[in-house]
Amino acid sequence: MEQAVFYVFAAIALGSSLAMVVQRNPVAAAMNLVLTMFSLAALFVLLQAHFLAVIQLLVYAGAVMVLFLFVIMFLNLTEDQMMPGRRSILHVAGVALAIYALFQLRALIQRTPPVSAKPVDAAFGTTKAIGRLLFSDYLLPFEITSVLILAAIVGAVVLAKRRLD
Amino acid sequence: MVPTNHYLMLSAVLFLIGVAGVLTRRNAIIVLMCVELMLNAVNLSFLAFARALGDMGGHVFVFVVIAVAAAEAAVGLAILLAVFRNKQTVNIDELNLMRW
Amino acid sequence: MEHATSIDLVRWIVAAPLAGAILNGLFGRRMNRNGERLIALVGCGSVAVSFALALAVVARLLSLPAESRLLVDSVYTWIQVGALRADVAFAVDPLSAVMLLVVTGVGFLIHVYSVGYMQRDAGFWRYFTYLNLFMFSMLLLVLGDNLLLVFVGWEGVGLCSYLLIGFWYEDPEKASAGKKAFVVNRVGDFGFLLGIFLLFWSLAQTGEPTLHFAEIAARVGTLADRTVSFTLPFAGVQTWGLLTAIGLLLFVGAVGKSAQIPLHVWLPDAMAGPTPVSALIHAATMVTAGVYMVARMHFLYDLAPGALQTIAVIGAATAMFAATMGLAQTDIKKVLAYSTVSQLGYMFLACGVGAYPAAIFHLMTHACFKGLLFLGSGSVIHGMGGEQDMRRMGGLAKLMPITTWTFLVATLTISGIPPLAGFFSKDEILFEAVRASTVLWAVGAATAFLTAFYMFRLFFLTFTGDSRADADTKHHIHESPAVMWAPLAILAVLSATAGLIGWPEALGGSLVGGNHFHHFLEPVFGAHGAVTAHAPEDAGLSELSMAAVSVAIALLGIALAWLVYSKAKGMIPMVLAMKSRAFEFLMRTVSNKYYVDELYDLAIVRPIHAVSETVLFRLVDVRIIDGLVNGVADFVEGTAMNVIRRLQTGVAQAYALAMTAGMVAVILYITLH
Repeated sequence: MEQAVFYVFAAIALGSSLAMVVQRNPVAAAMNLVLTMFSLAALFVLLQAHFLAVIQLLVYAGAVMVLFLFVIMFLNLTEDQMMPGRRSILHVAGVALAIYALFQLRALIQRTPPVSAKPVDAAFGTTKAIGRLLFSDYLLPFEITSVLILAAIVGAVVLAKRRLD
Repeated sequence: MVPTNHYLMLSAVLFLIGVAGVLTRRNAIIVLMCVELMLNAVNLSFLAFARALGDMGGHVFVFVVIAVAAAEAAVGLAILLAVFRNKQTVNIDELNLMRW
Repeated sequence: MEHATSIDLVRWIVAAPLAGAILNGLFGRRMNRNGERLIALVGCGSVAVSFALALAVVARLLSLPAESRLLVDSVYTWIQVGALRADVAFAVDPLSAVMLLVVTGVGFLIHVYSVGYMQRDAGFWRYFTYLNLFMFSMLLLVLGDNLLLVFVGWEGVGLCSYLLIGFWYEDPEKASAGKKAFVVNRVGDFGFLLGIFLLFWSLAQTGEPTLHFAEIAARVGTLADRTVSFTLPFAGVQTWGLLTAIGLLLFVGAVGKSAQIPLHVWLPDAMAGPTPVSALIHAATMVTAGVYMVARMHFLYDLAPGALQTIAVIGAATAMFAATMGLAQTDIKKVLAYSTVSQLGYMFLACGVGAYPAAIFHLMTHACFKGLLFLGSGSVIHGMGGEQDMRRMGGLAKLMPITTWTFLVATLTISGIPPLAGFFSKDEILFEAVRASTVLWAVGAATAFLTAFYMFRLFFLTFTGDSRADADTKHHIHESPAVMWAPLAILAVLSATAGLIGWPEALGGSLVGGNHFHHFLEPVFGAHGAVTAHAPEDAGLSELSMAAVSVAIALLGIALAWLVYSKAKGMIPMVLAMKSRAFEFLMRTVSNKYYVDELYDLAIVRPIHAVSETVLFRLVDVRIIDGLVNGVADFVEGTAMNVIRRLQTGVAQAYALAMTAGMVAVILYITLH
């Protein structure tokens, strides 16, 4: 049962991500990415990371992707025209490298001995558990992340402001 | 129980699809989206290990990654907006001011 | 000397001038603006302290019985490397006591004189710094108890000489004179160093090597039979006595430092420095360092008669040679410079015939009267507003009485008129010379004649007759201030009376209690040159007759000078007589210093310049070294320009590609391990 769910959502994720990469229309690409994120959220649930699955949907799919769509609409971008002579050596090299890396990683992953999942209690992956960790062991990264977000806000506002001249 | 290696494999594939996208696409916004894809793949990998080792440190990591990715997307898009206002294009090939 | 008394006082004698130099050197520029009194106080005060302490030390020395007169002050162990050991330690025996008193006493008087002479000079503080530094080095030289410390002082006085000769360095000629002095000195120092090396090495072959004077003296006997062989470019293999070789090498250093032939060329040019400097360094102290060195190493020279002969010959030849050049000079200081070279020749002549006490005696009296002569000439120059050419002087006797009278005393002394000091010292040298070789005596006697002649020529031209100066200068002629004529007076008294302590017994010395000077130096030199060694009657007769001959020669010289230069009318017939071609040629040669400088220029200076210019500069420096350095820079530039720059395409995806390639490489690495 679990396997079936895994394969289904894995397939969806793969398909939509491939689609995103080859899409010409930016809006379509964005929607594909949203679909990828949804399927990943499902996989998160399978991994018993309940809290993060919801966060993924709320923040990533809900806020970040919406932001992308806003900007795409705002810039009124048309289809991404592929210019002739576009297939330069860079692209061939890039794709080739990626495929090669894939095979290498596969070999690597297959070499690692299968890790049997440790039994975990029901509190694994819940809000309470993460909250407890964030405010005890990982307090410093938490605070720094907040500072980081503040910096990003200020930066984004300053950079995107329309000049007053 | 799905073996952990399956998750890792999926994560690797997604990541490398993202890499290929970054290297290939011309539109800057699409490139940014491919970067987001890469980050998501990494998140999946973290959670797979967290589940396998029973350590919730992975979850905290993913939390921080999501926050950072959001911040990075915001700032990146802001820069793109500013560039677009000046050059009227988001075509990466034309954004080569740092050339020798 | 078996017994040596330890004493802590000596180090302060050396340290006081050093402190003065440091104080004036660091703070002098600031003090210069607020008035020169403080600088002068520090400068003269430090030397006064040295002199006072020197008196105390010598008094202590005299309180000891004659056989054990040796005071040692060991400050610290300076070098101890393997077999080489040299301490900073000072030894005061009768020989260094004499030198000590001369250096500090005359030095102090000259410091005081300089306060007046260098008034209002912009470099007042610098002058006293250098002068104190010189005193420090000279005291190191004189008091050091090992060859290495003496060499440090040796080099130090050479350095200070350079600094002081070129004191007014803005004038390129003066700066060049300083350079010439230093370079010629260096040539001598090279020989000196070779001598030290050879000595050290030979001592190492026969036991523990050492540079300590007392220990060398004890061991030098073991080296007496050894020889050393070396190859000369055109003369093949030479084998000389070891001690002769060492002695000659050390003497090369003395030749450089004391301006003997062939390294005499720097001393006349050194007159470019301020006159007190010429008095101190180039008359009383530094140039006598060579004589001191030979006397100090007498135990070595006594076993190397070949070296002693060479020294005597060179000394006599220099004395004669320089005296002839002094005849033709028109600059008052140059005459005195050649006179110094000549008198130093006398001292070496004395050493060469084994009469070390006589040499030291003459050194002492020479310091007094030559110092006085130079300071007097400084007074004249100062009063004449900078004029140094005697042809424009004359008639100063009425206007500068003190200078005139003290100068006269000094001139009489140097000409050897009894009972002034110069008579006793010079006569003793001549007496010792005649006992060794009649030829040497003849050269010495002829030189004495010439000395009297040219010194009185100087005196008559400068002080008597009518003034030949122009109206402007005549207005300003004045006697020097007290701070300048007081040292003159003191030195005049010394020049007159210093001879009394060396009154030979044969000439009635028993009236003053014997030849004190000789007795004082006896522990150092043994029975050398002990004039009293002979039977009184024989010694008395020949000494008396020698003395009479010397006085006669001196009077002859004075008379001739008076005839030629004093009576204006007398000059004309003499001048007419000198019109013959041969005489003119002779005069020109002599006044051009026998063209020695030109010879050196042609034979040595020009070839070195040529080689430096064409080979070392154009070839090695420009083509090879610069080529290499520039070549490397060009290569780097080319690579950066054409290769590395093109990597910056500005296209972000290219960079991303590079990163990906790196990532793949890392994965590969992990996979393979």
